[in-house]
Amino acid sequence: MEPFALYIHWPFCLSKCPYCDFNSHVRERLDQSRFAAALRQELAWEAARLGRRPLGSIFFGGGTPSLMEPQTVADLLADAARLFDPVADIEITLEANPTSVEAGRLAAFRQAGVNRVSLGIQSLHGDALKMLGRQHSAAQAVAALEIARKLFPRVSFDLIYARPGQTEAAWRAELRQALALASDHLSLYQLTIEPGTAFEALHRRGEIVLPDSDAGAALYDATAEEAANFGLLPYEVSNYAAPGRESRHNLTYWRYGEYAGIGPGAHGRVQVDGTLRATRRHRAPEPWAERVERDGHGSTDEERVAPPERAREMLLMGLRLTEGIDEARFLARTGIAMDDAIDPRVLDQAIDADYMVRRNGRLCATPEGRKRLDSLLAALVA
Amino acid sequence: MTDTPSDHIRNFSIIAHIDHGKSTLADRLIQSTGALTSREMTEQVLDNMELEKERGITIKAQTVRLTYVAKNGETYILNLMDTPGHVDFAYEVSRSLAACEGSLLVVDASQGVEAQTLANVYQAIDAHHEIVPVLNKIDLPAAEVDRVKQQIEDVIGLDTSDALMISAKTGIGIDTVLEALVHRLPAPQGDAHAPLKALLVDSWYDQYLGVVILVRIKDGRMKRGQRIRMMSNNAVHHIEQIGVFSPRMVPVDDLGPGEIGYITAAIKTVADCNIGDTITDERNPTAEALAGFKPSIPVVWCGLFPIDADDFEKLRDSLGKLRLNDASFHYEPESSAALGFGYRCGFLGLLHLEIIQERLSREFDLDLIATAPSVVYRVHRTNGAMEELHNPADMPDPSVIDHIEEPWIKATIMVPDEYLGSVLTLCNERRGQQADLTYVGNRAMAVYRLPLNEVVFDFYDRLKSVSRGYASFDYAMDGYEEGDLVRISILVNAEPVDALSFIAHRSQADTRGRSICSKLKDLIPRQLFKIPIQAAIGGKVIARETISAMSKDVTAKCYGGDISRKRKLLDKQKEGKKRMRQFGKVEIPQSAFLAALKMDA
Ligand SMILES: Nc1nc2c(ncn2[C@@H]2O[C@H](COP(=O)(O)OP(=O)(O)O)[C@@H](O)[C@H]2O)c(=O)[nH]1
Ligand SMILES: C[S@@+](CC[C@H](N)C(=O)[O-])C[C@H]1O[C@@H](n2cnc3c(N)ncnc32)[C@H](O)[C@@H]1O
Ligand code: SF4
Ligand SMILES: [Mg+2]
Repeated sequence: MEPFALYIHWPFCLSKCPYCDFNSHVRERLDQSRFAAALRQELAWEAARLGRRPLGSIFFGGGTPSLMEPQTVADLLADAARLFDPVADIEITLEANPTSVEAGRLAAFRQAGVNRVSLGIQSLHGDALKMLGRQHSAAQAVAALEIARKLFPRVSFDLIYARPGQTEAAWRAELRQALALASDHLSLYQLTIEPGTAFEALHRRGEIVLPDSDAGAALYDATAEEAANFGLLPYEVSNYAAPGRESRHNLTYWRYGEYAGIGPGAHGRVQVDGTLRATRRHRAPEPWAERVERDGHGSTDEERVAPPERAREMLLMGLRLTEGIDEARFLARTGIAMDDAIDPRVLDQAIDADYMVRRNGRLCATPEGRKRLDSLLAALVA
Repeated sequence: MTDTPSDHIRNFSIIAHIDHGKSTLADRLIQSTGALTSREMTEQVLDNMELEKERGITIKAQTVRLTYVAKNGETYILNLMDTPGHVDFAYEVSRSLAACEGSLLVVDASQGVEAQTLANVYQAIDAHHEIVPVLNKIDLPAAEVDRVKQQIEDVIGLDTSDALMISAKTGIGIDTVLEALVHRLPAPQGDAHAPLKALLVDSWYDQYLGVVILVRIKDGRMKRGQRIRMMSNNAVHHIEQIGVFSPRMVPVDDLGPGEIGYITAAIKTVADCNIGDTITDERNPTAEALAGFKPSIPVVWCGLFPIDADDFEKLRDSLGKLRLNDASFHYEPESSAALGFGYRCGFLGLLHLEIIQERLSREFDLDLIATAPSVVYRVHRTNGAMEELHNPADMPDPSVIDHIEEPWIKATIMVPDEYLGSVLTLCNERRGQQADLTYVGNRAMAVYRLPLNEVVFDFYDRLKSVSRGYASFDYAMDGYEEGDLVRISILVNAEPVDALSFIAHRSQADTRGRSICSKLKDLIPRQLFKIPIQAAIGGKVIARETISAMSKDVTAKCYGGDISRKRKLLDKQKEGKKRMRQFGKVEIPQSAFLAALKMDA
């Protein structure tokens, strides 16, 4: 049995960033112990229906999980180890914001068993951090990164680029500076205007103007070029790593492996009683906690994922990866052969246009194809 | 009401260039004879349809019966026949004029004679009308009465010593108009005891009454309950209602010689009523029909397609309803790879096309794509057969074509002389042949023969822009001539797009091919794959552009669990593809066609 991945969501932040559409909430006072207990309870409930199985990775995401009490992290990790069979080299990641408070707790997280951190640095420029509504300075971010690199065997950080007015030269310079600080993994995201965010309103009024698609493409190409100079290769649309240092947890998503999600708004794709289910938790933190306290879990609207949907989901995720999709695995995971899942005429054309390659039992999008993946998928899926 | 002796009847029409004051004068006449109280008067009483009111054009012939007590103390019936003023409806105009004995020729005294003045006055002369020149708008400071009188004499050859000077707006001279109608126009002739002989002037569909026919009695009498025969198709009907327009419909018992009125006879569609037909009594028919009717022949065709394929049925029903009221408009089903199912529609001219399109969208709430208008070509095959071609997409292979003929028109253009140069250049660019060029004061009148094909392709707009709106234009069909015509196909991703192909003279092919390719390049949004766009004559490419592939379109962050949302987004995108048209392996949003076609229409 393939090891599964466990995602644990911590839905609270110090403040809401204007671009962010994640399930994150700001609370003046927070009863940490209540949420800690609820998470543990829900984990136990999920484990009961999943049964013992090999566990390959754990990811604390948010929100801002670095605001959790390290003890909660330690308790959840101990529970997981008891309820499942962790693989020997289990990857345990925690998302951390690089404020000084959180930097101070990194050692305790390491102590609790976390072996990888992902820092939300976002930019190395003060004015950009201000624009992005961040609570930390560039210097604090760099300091947090240095501490993290000393404490953790694996460290990654996130940057947001293609920001309003950002030139290619400026981004290259910032990225080089970041690469010099990086260990073996980076997530580099182009700024996206998400529905319902403060940025969306500004964008609609023309107060935020993003680079157009030609400029975005140039920035994207520049990013890959700079990262490659430092030995980091794109293994996914926005993720760059030294070979072998990819995020195993995130790879599980992209390879359409199994993952369980607990905590408010967490999603999962798990096999229960022989069927693949899309699991989903109540999004709002307090009502979620109430349900867990009442029913033992905050699960809502679980659906069976039928083969055609599985096929589309696996294509949607898998083609984001440089390694593409293993066609045998595709058939095994979805019950549908690749040739039945995609439009052969579009595939031919995509191959002609050098957007895709199909060889050695794999279907992959090329770098040019990945750059246009949303349109490519819309055309490709049957 | 109907026992008026014919010597106390005057039937007349008003002819004028657009905006010279025809409708205003009609309103004034209606008002001053008391046919409507001032409370009932709405402006431009005769222009019923919303569209007519807005654009100031009359599509259907309308009529009003006025009762006028003249200065001599006698009471006269004055039947005002309001005719469509536009050349597209030339045949309808000539039939309306045939129902009258005289015309008021209204000329705006501040403007002078314009192209439509001429076209209409010649028709009135052909109809042997007595014509009374009327100079309108003399209240305007810019009115140049003497100059315009001189112009009427020079250009039309009418004596203007007795021309009337009026202002339809202020009412100056309206009495002189009424007196002139009585004393200068002839009374209708006719024999009340002869068998019935009536002219079918027009017909329209009324929601409550069904088809209403406008008639002019020549001989005999027409009565309620009478069985009548249409002489062109021998259809027999039973008159249910008969009446006059005052201007409201007022039933009467019968109508005698010289009178104008309406009948209803349980007729389903106006297509069963041929304008210009002779109506007679079924049992006591007249020996001889009036000068023959001619079926109206569409000269301009275009495809109409619903933007939303689900609206096809609605389009079909709407076309049927429009045709109830407009037999001159033709339609037949057409299917296009690019635009789906629709109809190929034939019109009397460009204005007619525009009106129908506008009515479809306005009255029936339909969003339509119209393909570029095309004229009717005569294709002569090498085997001697001739066929009429309404649709460039149906053009046979050049190898089987011996030659092609295209329709020509004779155009009259009036323009202030400072713009004459640009107007002549435009006509020459459009393969025009000058037939006449005369000056009247500082206005020039150019008569050109032009291929109709060149006129349907944005000629009006160009004429307006090169003359700053001062040129007036009118035309008449002027036969067919052989031309060096080629079909230009537009290929998107190497596949011909039927809806975009068009026929042009060989000398224009390159320019037009290049222009449409470059327009399409700007209009078709960048796609996943790069798309070549070509214009070709047969296998020979004459113009080429490439739409480059879109440079980037990918969700930046996609991890974590919520792939259901992303999948649903993808499902939605797939749904959106249904509104795209497939070209080989390329999909083109329908909106691009719409925009490309709009620019030519
Ligand atoms: N000043 C002035 N304006 C007039 C006169 N007669 C008509 N008009 C205006 O000229 C315009 C066109 O008149 P209309 O009767 O619609 O012209 P039609 O297109 O020939 O029916 C309208 O704005 C009228 O108000 C007139 O005697 N004097
Ligand atoms: C779960 S989020 C935030 C993690 C952490 N709370 C933080 O702010 O550092 C993970 C990453 O997604 C990226 N991200 C969030 N919203 C984004 C947006 N609208 N456009 C581009 N990247 C975004 C940021 O780089 C962020 O670090
Ligand atoms: S970006 Fe991170 S810190 Fe900011 S609101 Fe989102 S989850 Fe919270
Ligand atoms: Mg009018």
